[in-house]
Amino acid sequence: MTKYRVNKTKHVDQTKTVSFDFDGKSYHGFEGDTLASALLSNGVHLVGRSFKYHRPRGIMSSGSEEPNAICQINEDTDLTEPNVRATEIELYEGLQASSQNCWPSVNFDIGGINNFISPFIPAGFYYKTFMWPKSFWKKIYEPLIRWSAGLGKSPTKPDPELYDHKHVHCDVLIIGGGISGIIASKIAAKNNLKTILIEDKNILGGSTIFQKNENYKINDKYSGEWIDEEIAELKKLDNLTIKTRTSLAAYHSYNYLLAKENISDHLPLDKRNGGIRQRLWKIRADKVIVATGAIERPLVFNNNDRPGIMLSNSVKKYLDFYGVSCGFKNVIFTNNDSAYETAVSLKEKGISVEMIDIRKKSNSKIVKNAEQLGVKIYWNSTVVNTFGLRKIYSIEIMNLSEDGSNVVGNKIRINCDCLAISGGWTPMVHMHTQSGGKLDFREIDQTFIPNEIDKNHINVGSCNGDFELEEIINITNKKVKNFLKVSETEFDNTSVLNSKELDKRNIWLLPNYISEGKCKSFIDFQNDSTAKDIKLALREGFKSIEHVKRYTTTGMATDQGKLSNMHALGIIADTAGVKMGTLGTTTFRPPFTPLTFGSIVGRSVGNFFDIIRKTSIHEWHIQNKAKFENVGQWKRPWYYPINNEGLHEAVQRESKAARDSAGILDASTLGKIDIQGTDASEFLNRIYTNAWSKLGIGKCRYGLMLNEDGMVYDDGVTTRLGENHYLMTTTTGGAANVLSKLEDYLQTEWPELDVYLTSVTDHYSTASICGPNSKKILKKIFPDKDFSDDAFPHMSYQNGKIDEINCRIMRISFTGELSYEINIESKYGKSLWEKCIEAGKEFKITPYGTETMHLLRAEKGFIIVGQDTDGTMTPIDLQMDWIVSKKKYDFIGKRSLYRSDTIREDRKQLVGLLTDDPNEILEEGAQIVSDMSKKPIEMIGHVTSSYFSPNLNKSIALAVVKSGKTMNGQKLIVPMENKNINVTVSDSVFLDKENKRINA
Amino acid sequence: MFLINCPYCGERDQSEFSCGGEAHIVRPKQPTELSDDQWAEYLFMRKNIKGVQFERWNHAHGCRKWFNMVRDTSNDKIHAVYKMGEKPPVE
Ligand SMILES: [Zn+2]
Repeated sequence: MTKYRVNKTKHVDQTKTVSFDFDGKSYHGFEGDTLASALLSNGVHLVGRSFKYHRPRGIMSSGSEEPNAICQINEDTDLTEPNVRATEIELYEGLQASSQNCWPSVNFDIGGINNFISPFIPAGFYYKTFMWPKSFWKKIYEPLIRWSAGLGKSPTKPDPELYDHKHVHCDVLIIGGGISGIIASKIAAKNNLKTILIEDKNILGGSTIFQKNENYKINDKYSGEWIDEEIAELKKLDNLTIKTRTSLAAYHSYNYLLAKENISDHLPLDKRNGGIRQRLWKIRADKVIVATGAIERPLVFNNNDRPGIMLSNSVKKYLDFYGVSCGFKNVIFTNNDSAYETAVSLKEKGISVEMIDIRKKSNSKIVKNAEQLGVKIYWNSTVVNTFGLRKIYSIEIMNLSEDGSNVVGNKIRINCDCLAISGGWTPMVHMHTQSGGKLDFREIDQTFIPNEIDKNHINVGSCNGDFELEEIINITNKKVKNFLKVSETEFDNTSVLNSKELDKRNIWLLPNYISEGKCKSFIDFQNDSTAKDIKLALREGFKSIEHVKRYTTTGMATDQGKLSNMHALGIIADTAGVKMGTLGTTTFRPPFTPLTFGSIVGRSVGNFFDIIRKTSIHEWHIQNKAKFENVGQWKRPWYYPINNEGLHEAVQRESKAARDSAGILDASTLGKIDIQGTDASEFLNRIYTNAWSKLGIGKCRYGLMLNEDGMVYDDGVTTRLGENHYLMTTTTGGAANVLSKLEDYLQTEWPELDVYLTSVTDHYSTASICGPNSKKILKKIFPDKDFSDDAFPHMSYQNGKIDEINCRIMRISFTGELSYEINIESKYGKSLWEKCIEAGKEFKITPYGTETMHLLRAEKGFIIVGQDTDGTMTPIDLQMDWIVSKKKYDFIGKRSLYRSDTIREDRKQLVGLLTDDPNEILEEGAQIVSDMSKKPIEMIGHVTSSYFSPNLNKSIALAVVKSGKTMNGQKLIVPMENKNINVTVSDSVFLDKENKRINA
Repeated sequence: MFLINCPYCGERDQSEFSCGGEAHIVRPKQPTELSDDQWAEYLFMRKNIKGVQFERWNHAHGCRKWFNMVRDTSNDKIHAVYKMGEKPPVE
């Protein structure tokens, strides 16, 4: 046993030694220790350097509020994690931890120089100094700041561990397993309510569990013993789920909460076995009881940040829970009674302790108890300075003036190796405010307490501002009874013995004989901001707490100001001479404690990151070495390389084959919507720009759909299958949105229409065969069918059968070639495809992918919605006036086509572009200019589609250009990084303007 | 994360729904007879108020029905849900 392990407790098993490394040095602790308690048991206080001044910093607390002891754990493994609090890591065999904010070592570092030049690093220093010269920013300032800031290293390899998400519903959720949470859980579960209790520590009982003081008794038992028995009973209750090691991350509206359960973080690395590491609980609770407790406040005085200066209740916890004494010559500096519990505990174990109290007196039982034990108390006094670089060794104290605004008398020097501080308690109202709750300010002890108006949650215990044991038990009992509508409970007649605090005094910034400018009185330990910084911000004109916070970075570190916010507010109020309650608080945002990325994404990683949609023909594409591209969630063949072909070679070959003989495309991904009902024709009339009433049964028509603002939204061919029956196709990516939009109009604007929409995209597979030989191939597949132009003209459809399986044949073309599409039930898709390939063999049928499809349609000047349009193009801009009906009274977007803006002549319009050098291929997205001489050069458009056409043997492009319609034949320039490319505006149809090939 | 009472399905998680903006903006029956200003009023102008607001919601990952909702945008309290075509509750 090390000399600091002075006490045996039931929470730390001193028979089970655990070895660990800290900053490269080996230590021993015991099972039940945290990294922090194990370090303290070895006398290690110094664990890091401060963020801005690189001052030595020690362990300060025992929980999630810890600002200093921030570690990188298991560095050089896949499981390394930055920003972990030593106070929260349960010790395990082989744990490797290192202090994060220091280089080259915690005992010596260059950044410490900042401490000596600190008069020159006031609030807003980064904003002011690093602003100029601009060229210094990227090369000097930023690397310097990043290097000296030391915010930890993220892992470089993929996370090997698993994370889970779990959805649960319950009647009552209780957050926090301290005394009030335990009382609430017991009442809820015993009254037949499905209850969940979550607690972030590995055991229940909060700070009551290590209480053994004559002045605090429940039903004649020490409160620690009483709660032990309560916990034992709690564990037997059937409808209560207890989740320890589970911390609440967020409290959203309608009682939807996220909690993170640590499952294997406390196990040695070799015992984790690739199981689940953390589970994110998504809880929807009918009622929520918040019992998150309170955090002890530090005191703000000169040099209040040395290693060895710790929160008083944490000193007590290390002693009574972990059996570790943080020092052998302790001084406790307080403004309230709770610190006397620490003093009594130390004194009872024979450890030296003295008290410094800013109050003039206190007559409570616990103070009397300390005095009887012989604890020396300096009343009406304050610490004015502390000494010790890597560990505190002495302090100076002085008396306070009557009003507390100044110090008087002589300095007294007291030697110590630990200074425990207590500035009172701050209720943890984070959960209450996250849920939307408001706060009230309580003058008597300067706390913000919950103002409860929401009927779905209550706050109990010290997070509600009830600090006295008697209040905690009785008020919790009463509130929970009301909340859960319970008439009586076992806690109704609990007898509580309690030392009541009678005297209070609070000074946010303690006075000093040293001038304010020379004091280093820290408020935010993690971000290194001082009282002086806050005052400077106020002098410079900042008024709002949110602005002061950002300017000084107070409360903006990973602890979200758990220790600092109240003092910042207090000092602002004092300095500005306003009431603290009128300032309001800063906003507490989720997560309460940081979440791992793993727990956020859960199982949605790798193949499960997003849904992958494959057509029924997918396997064939894989066997034939297709390269795929993602279109929405679909995997579509991009091109089919032969031998070592690249994209360009493959696409040139496929494009040529499709026009010279025959090509085949898997078009199954196009959106398909089945439209039925007596008003189906009228419906199409209203949603497409062209007329549909006269389309004959068995005919197909291309349609353009606009948004109400007149901009092109989607396009596709729709086929009339029967009198009241249509099959609409949409773009692959737009399918879901088009269906939603159509449903919206049907349900909300035109409920009188008799129309029913069904998505059938996945129901049918589609093989699209094009090329001069496509008719011959179709004839082989359907030998009984007459494919003559008279019997089966372009833009018509017929039913067919393959081996008794029904299919639909549409003669439509997206390439400008003679072309047929065969739709068949998806389960036969692959057989259909293979049949087409077999039938096409003698014509060297060539499978082609999306890239060739894009090239072929560009040759023909057909647009792709989303590539040649971007939500700002009207059909008129696209030079597609022919598809806009002049006769129809109305359709979606019609009125917008003659708004003053949409009829402008100088809008960007779709044109063709030909490069002067036919081998030069433009880059899609490249800007277009007409005049290079006038600066700044005006950009008049951009390239939307660009290819080398093997069928025309030259480069072609589509582009949108201001007033493009009137520019045919005009020379323009596409400036690139290294050269300017000369182009000529052309018609957007490059091939077969006369439409001969479609009827070839 | 709201709990929304779909008038057709009952209470469901917000993630099943999508919001369609302000409710009770009726598409003009005769758009061609409107001035640019009148059409722009219908097309672009939305209130987006802090306080009680009438909204359109769609149970997108459920029954796919559109319905209306009265929500206080300042605290996300849902005061009422009602079907399309039904009269909004009087406040
Ligand atoms: Zn529904």
